[in-house]
Amino acid sequence: MHQFAISRIADLNVAGYDISFTTSALWMLIVLGALWLFMLGGMKRELVPGRWQTMVEGMIGFVENMVSTCIGPDGRRYVPWVFSIFMFILFANLMGMMPFAIIPGVRVFTVTSQFTVTGLLAIMSFSIVLIVGFWRHGFGFFKVFVPHGTPPALLPLIFLVELISFMVRPISLALRLFVAMIAGHILVEVFANFIVQGINIGGGGILISLLSFVFIAAVMALELLICAIQAYVFAILTSLYINDAVNLH
Amino acid sequence: MESLEAAKVIGAGIAAIGVGIASIGVSIVFGQFLQGALRNPAAADGQQGRLFIGFAAAELLGLIAFAVAMIILFVM
Repeated sequence: MHQFAISRIADLNVAGYDISFTTSALWMLIVLGALWLFMLGGMKRELVPGRWQTMVEGMIGFVENMVSTCIGPDGRRYVPWVFSIFMFILFANLMGMMPFAIIPGVRVFTVTSQFTVTGLLAIMSFSIVLIVGFWRHGFGFFKVFVPHGTPPALLPLIFLVELISFMVRPISLALRLFVAMIAGHILVEVFANFIVQGINIGGGGILISLLSFVFIAAVMALELLICAIQAYVFAILTSLYINDAVNLH
Repeated sequence: MESLEAAKVIGAGIAAIGVGIASIGVSIVFGQFLQGALRNPAAADGQQGRLFIGFAAAELLGLIAFAVAMIILFVM
């Protein structure tokens, strides 16, 4: 479990708060740098797009299409937020899968395997939902807790259930991403242990090592898929929640 | 003290059953989607967002079971 540990790189103390520069912060910067390079390559505005520009435009078109099918014609103004959160999570997930650790002294750290990071992303999405809801509808936003055509006798119960399901959204959003990332990394680590232990045993153990190696290759392919799916699910759920705030069911 | 350790491991194992059961849920989501998509391939592409929402909801419960197992093993 060494890969999930956070270590300090530079100590920093401001007014009694510990805001040291850690591995987590370093890898967030690396992810941002990679994201910046990726977007920079596609921002040339050529009339006939090259390969790189097609890639970036394809990503933007994908997110824009997803947001506009979820929210409707009003959804275009929420594309920047959904796009940035989608790309950040996608790049953070993929950077965590990179085999940089074969260089001695380098440690790979998955930013999204920390509950604080994913929790903050979820809280930001959730506060955008709240701000948009109260800004557009005022106190009429509370209608989101009462579905259309509820019998008056059931009203308090339905209100309570809807309130709980609304409040649990940021937690489920954060928990899904964080646990999916941590589970994949633990699975790979367990089978990597099997390889080493099998070689140490020798004899029949070599067979177990080979089998584990093949299995790890398959799990890695699955993990790359999961990385993309989790980013997609986070983005599509965010746009669905914004849709609730914009259109009130 | 040793019996507590043993109980923890047994409890984590029981909690891990939920992960397997969530896999049944995920397979139902994708299976039913394929069944519908093969009947009407023209409408399948428009429903992919709903497919992934259903997948996410089914998967979340399995992941919570995994989180519970990890909490039992390492935190409690």
